Parts: sequence; structure tokens; C-alpha cells
Amino acid sequence: MEHKLLDRIEIPHDRFEIRLSGSGGQGMILGSVMLAEAIGTDYTKRVIQTQSYGPEARGGASKSDVVISSNEIYYPKAMQLDMLLTMTQESLDRYYGDLHKEGVLIVDSGLVTRIPTDNYYGLPFTRLAREEAGHVMVANVVALGAIAAFTGIVPRENLIEAVLSHAPRGTEDKNRAAVEIGYREAMKIAKKE
Amino acid sequence: MVDTQRKLLLGNLACVHGAIYAGMRFFAGYPITPSTEVAEGCSRELPRIGGRFIQMEDEIGSIGAVVGASVSGVKAMTATSGPGYSLMVENIGYAYMTETPCVIINVQRGGPSTGLPTKGSQSDTMQARWGPHGDYTAIAVAPSTVGDTVTETIRAFNLAERFRTPVTILLDEVISHQREMISLPKPGEHQVVDRVKPTASPEEFEPFAHTAGGVSPMPAYGEGYRYVITGLTHDAMGFTTNRPDEIKLKLDKLRNKILNFKSEITKLRIEMMDDAEIAFVSYGSVSRAVLLAVALARKAGVKVGMIQLYTVWPFPDEELRDYLVGCHKVIVPELNMGQVVREVGRILPPDTEIHSLLRYDGEILTPMQLLEKLEEVM
Amino acid sequence: MTTAEKTKAAPRQRSDVILNYLRPKKKFPNVWCAGCGNGIVMSAIVRAIDKLALSKDEVAMVSGIGCSSRMPIYLDFNALHTTHGRALPFATGIKFAQPHMKVIVITGDGDALAIGGNHFIHACRRNIDITAILVNNYIYGMTGGQGSPTTPTAAFSTTTPYGNAEKHFDPCKLAEAAGASYVARATVYHAPQLEKAIMQAVDHRGFSLVEVISNCHTYFGRLNRLGDAVSMLKEYKEKSVTVARAKRMSPEELKDKHVIGTLYEDDKTEFCDEYQKIVDAQMGEK
Repeated sequence: MEHKLLDRIEIPHDRFEIRLSGSGGQGMILGSVMLAEAIGTDYTKRVIQTQSYGPEARGGASKSDVVISSNEIYYPKAMQLDMLLTMTQESLDRYYGDLHKEGVLIVDSGLVTRIPTDNYYGLPFTRLAREEAGHVMVANVVALGAIAAFTGIVPRENLIEAVLSHAPRGTEDKNRAAVEIGYREAMKIAKKE
Repeated sequence: MVDTQRKLLLGNLACVHGAIYAGMRFFAGYPITPSTEVAEGCSRELPRIGGRFIQMEDEIGSIGAVVGASVSGVKAMTATSGPGYSLMVENIGYAYMTETPCVIINVQRGGPSTGLPTKGSQSDTMQARWGPHGDYTAIAVAPSTVGDTVTETIRAFNLAERFRTPVTILLDEVISHQREMISLPKPGEHQVVDRVKPTASPEEFEPFAHTAGGVSPMPAYGEGYRYVITGLTHDAMGFTTNRPDEIKLKLDKLRNKILNFKSEITKLRIEMMDDAEIAFVSYGSVSRAVLLAVALARKAGVKVGMIQLYTVWPFPDEELRDYLVGCHKVIVPELNMGQVVREVGRILPPDTEIHSLLRYDGEILTPMQLLEKLEEVM
Repeated sequence: MTTAEKTKAAPRQRSDVILNYLRPKKKFPNVWCAGCGNGIVMSAIVRAIDKLALSKDEVAMVSGIGCSSRMPIYLDFNALHTTHGRALPFATGIKFAQPHMKVIVITGDGDALAIGGNHFIHACRRNIDITAILVNNYIYGMTGGQGSPTTPTAAFSTTTPYGNAEKHFDPCKLAEAAGASYVARATVYHAPQLEKAIMQAVDHRGFSLVEVISNCHTYFGRLNRLGDAVSMLKEYKEKSVTVARAKRMSPEELKDKHVIGTLYEDDKTEFCDEYQKIVDAQMGEK
């Protein structure tokens, strides 16, 4: 054989892989569920969501992946991330290596300081949630709003609908505001570029 | 048009939807990771459709209540993981002996003992075949996606009702905690099988009659057929027996009612096998990685295919042998120390090479690992 | 129809009553030793069910493993002879799936209190409408006379050859503490009282326990020099006191006595009824 098999393997780019990561309690898993639901509203897309589960979801690094494709998704786990959201320094350190060289890195710039690249988007999601959306709990939703703006992978309305379907009664306004704030702040950065 | 049936569904909840579609109206269970969402889902959904959910004091009680509900005339199931399945085997054996239809979901995790509650595994595959003591023939199915889990749960109930036997669904943590956007089946989309009711009068009724199809009609409680159900070896009337001829008849019945109808039970997914020289034989969640690996290797010009076993037990000897004609190498990847590989080895011609790719460190097999193995074997 | 009205239905000769409830086509004799108390228990159950005028189709008789647990095979009801200690979970499945049925569990001291102890306390706790008739003979009869959770301290069995070093359970106290809403005791000497207790227990809505002190002269009697079946029954007669009389006796006087009659009763809500409310509410909401 001329070449080794593994050298001839090309991973086809018919899938888009997103990872939301942070620490337990930051709502990364719920965030990925809402994102997957919002994306899945589009019939042409197949969507699978997976997560790390167990003790590490209760403190320490927590991650949750969404894989999107217009074809049958054979392998459900992320292999080369097209987008990585990190809400803590620890999760960035742990998962940055899984990001494709042309992938998009989004960080909570209020909590993550040591970033190994200049090619990233930074927004202070947690501070925006606390100061503008009215509760630190919706930091994950602010981040989802920003993801929608940065990637264009899901219409804002679909995201709001998915977020509201999970919002506890009485928190609808805060959650809607969180999506809008994330989207707005991301558009400001995106426009600058 | 809005498809209200389309939703992002957790693997564990796919079982619930499939079971309810199949007519399940009774669930008894005990919390255990990574199966608990099945119980939680049933506790929410069943009262809404007039069904019953009960959290029992342990897994022994859970399968007991399931069998009790089933003999009374209601389709019933339970869900657990390895440690709970180990406790259940006593009364799963009772269900084999008494020919009681029921479904047991085993969301596998690493073992032995408490093992790895949050890590996927396929190490209970043999337990699904040989769990309870004694001689009997088992049926077990293994879904690999969330969508599969809905349809395989429906199929599991249909097989349980058709053959009057417990059916194990071998799920694992990888599928059970995965969410996939799927469309739930619409009414009428899948066939739903119900146990055959007796037509004989109560006076002429033989509860464990030896019929041509091997399966005896089964009345519900309150229908006028008051008969004996016992875990002791029994005759066609259900009465305990020590007669060698009757004992043999009973045990033959437990085997033949299933093995004589294996073609109704076997289900395989065949991909790219037409000209394949090398084949992967897989089941459960690993099949997803195999599919991708095979697709990638094909693009690189390797004549490789895959056979996925949706039915793991009874083992599809003949069908598998037919599909593997022409393959000179077979790779069996599993998340255990080698269980189904022995079954595949048993049916292969002596000149066919068999290779095992095993992972039992709590992580799953990746497409790249499968490709590496393929390269090594080529 | 109230119980009082039901009891008026068709008085019959006692032997006819029994024959009417024996399973047709069953080859007898049974597995029980001559003189075994299980026969008395079985006929008391049959008379109670007959007086309650229950339809045979609506009765499920569930048992585990042991001598008394063979009873459902002999009687013409929906019979489920299950695994050792597990009768109550199976019965729970039947009752919960078919709340209109009368579910009676026949169990023994080893079956209910040793291997099935956990199921026993949880069935009591749930207060599910099942009647458990616990035939207590202080020993494992089926396997040949081993010690059980009710074998008294110092008593002999084939596994306590030098006398039992353990303490024993009081099934009635256990049931009451665990949440059963009807608890009664009788002995096989007191057949009419036993019949009445079973009638009340079956009629009671909630978990009911009837403990029946019964003779295993073959093992417990022989190993502890208690004589034959008749002498054991005589002893039950002498050692039994009614609940009313027991109230006037000191703990010292009550030592080694069997207190018989209704020991506990309340009207707390029953599990299937409560669950039905949830079903009704959820189905109404749909």
C-alpha cells in the first residue's frame, strides 16, 4: 500500500460542532439543550446534544456538545469543534485543544484572562447577566444570544422561543432580555470587524 | 406545517415514548444512574393517560410488580442499570418460567458491582442472555440512536407480547444521556402487537398449552380463566410436575417458541457489505462510530462494511454467516472485555480471521480508533 | 352492597363451601403433613370469602415460597405462586394495575419476615389494599425445620441445634409500626375468630395483616418436644388471651401469651385511591 490508511482519511465537513463549557452550575447543559432545540426547529438540520455527566457536572469543568448536520449524524460526539464557548479559565485550558484551527472561540471576558490566541470573541456574559439582564443565572442565555449573532446558526426568534420554553414561570422577561443583550453586544463586536 | 411530534428527546425518555406507543401502562422501578430519567418520565406521563407508576422498595420488588401487573392484563416494564439488573434476575427468571410478557431496560454502565455509574458500557450483554439460572432462551435488543430507542422499545414490547417472554433492551449510558431531534412516530406508523387471548372456554382452557406456534394464549385476570401460575416446573395446566416427560416438554417449549421463529426476531442493519472484504460486526452505541469509520474508509478505497445487530439475543447465527460470506476478516468492537466476539467467532468459517477491538476504561470507541484497528488488520 | 347484606347470601353446609372453592382438575392430596395448621387456615379463608360473597374472578391469591405458600394452587382463584419472599411486590403489581380486585397474600414467617422483610414493611407503609395472611409456625417447614425470624430465643431448630441465640420479630407490632391500617392475630385453634379476622381484613380498605399462629408439629413441635398437632392446638388454646382481657393483664402475665383479636385499625388513606386522584386530576387537565 502506498499510503497509510489513516493518512488518506479526510473527515468531511458536513457537520458543525459546538461546545459550551464552564463550571458546574453555570447552566452549560441546559444552555446546550436550548440551543439544540432552537437549531432543530429547522427541519433540514439533524441535531444531537451530549454532555459530560456525573460528579464533574457538580463543580469543576462541565461541558456539553451540540453536533449539527444536514446528513445522518453517524458519530454523535464532537470530534473537531467548530465553536467553543468557555465561561471559565479552567474550561478554556481544558478544551481549547479540541477546537478546529479555523473554529470560533467565544469567552466570558470577565472571567477568562489567559487566552492562547488573538482570534476570539470576548464578552463579559456573567457581568452582563447580573447588571443588565437582572440575574447572574441567565449568563448562559446571554451567551446563547451572542452565539446566535456570531455564528448565524439559529434565528434569534427561534432561540427566544426555545429559551422561554425552559424558563421558570416569572423569569420570562429576564430570559428574553438575556438573549437580546447577548445578541446586541455580539453584533457590536461583529460589526467592528 | 408544524410537526408537533418533533422534539429534542433524551435517550432515556425515548424509551418512555416508545413504551407508551406500544401500549405500556404500568411501570415499576427503583432509581439508579444512568436509567433514572426513564422512571421520572414514566411518573410524569403515565397518570396523564390513565396508567400507573410506582417506585418500589428495590429492583427485586420492581420486577415483581411488573410481572404481577402483566399477568393481570396490563403491558408493563421496568428500567434499571447493571446493579439493579443483577437484583432483578431472580424474577426475570420467574417471568421466563411463567411465560409472562414484560420489558426490562438495562441502561448499561461499567461494572462489576457499583462500577462506573456515569460511564457507558456494553458489559452486560452476556447477562442479558444468561442472567437468571436455569435453561431458557432470551430475547435482547440493542438500539444505537435516540430514534432507534423509540422503535426498538416498541419492537421489544411486540416481541414480549408475541412470544410471551421477558425482553431486555440493552441501552447504555452513551445513548441514554444523549438528546437527539427526532420525530415521534404517529399513530398507526408502527404495528403494535398484543398477547393472544384464549378462545377456549374456561373449562377447556389449558394455560400453558403446547400449541403449534409454541405460544399459549394468555387471559387477563377477571376474564373467567382462573388458573395457576407458578415458578415451579409445571405441566400444560400450570400444575407442578416432576414427570420427566412433562419437564422436558416445558423446557423445550421455552426454547422452541423463540428459536423456531428466529426470523421474526432477528433484525440487522447492513451497510456497504455487497463487495466487502472486511466487516465490522457491532451493536449498540458503538455502531455509530463504526458507521462513520466505515464511511470514511470506503472513501479512502477500503472494501469494508458493517453489520449492526439490533437483535443481540437470540444470536443471529445463520443470517450473520450468510452476510459474512466473502469477508475474510471480521472486526468486533465492544465496550467490554469481549462478549459478542465469542459468538461471532463461533459461527465463522475456520479460514476467516476474527479480530476484537475492546475498550473498557469508561470511554467510548472513536471512529479514529476503529480506523486504526482496520489499518492494523488490513 | 354492604358486608352485612353479603353475608346473608345462601348459607351452605361447611363441606360444600370448601369443595366449591377447591380448584377443579387439581390432583390432590396437597403437600401438607397430616394435621398441619395450613388446612385450618385455608378453610377459614374460603368461609370468609364465601360469606363476603366475592366473585372468584375478582380474587387474586398470591404467595411466595414455603408450605403455606402452596395454598393458591389448591384454590379456585387467580393464583400466582411466586418467588421466595416476593409475594407482596407481585401482589402490589396486580392490585395497582387492577384496583377493583381483592388481592390476598398467603405467606409464612420466613417468607414475609426474613427474605421478604423489606417488601413487607413497604407494603405496610404504602397502605395498599392487600390482605396478607401470615401463617406463623416459627420455623422453615418446606426446607426441613430451620430457624426463622419468629423462632423464639432458645428454641430448637435444625440450624439452632443448641438453642436459638437470636431474638424474634413480632409481625403484628412490625406491621403496625410500618403503617398497616388493620392488624389482627388468631391461632389455628381459634378457627371462627380466624374466619372473622380474615373477613374484616379483606373488607378493610388498606393494608391488612392477619397473623395466624399455626402448628408445625413435624419440625417445630418435634424439635421442641411440644407433642403432636392436637397437643400444640391445645397449647394455643391455653396460651391465648383476647385483646380485651390482655388490656387488664400485666406485661409479666402476658409473657408467652398470644394476644388474639383485632390489635390495630385505622382509616388512613389507601394508596390506589390516592393515586387514582392523581390520575383523575391529570387526565382532567389534558
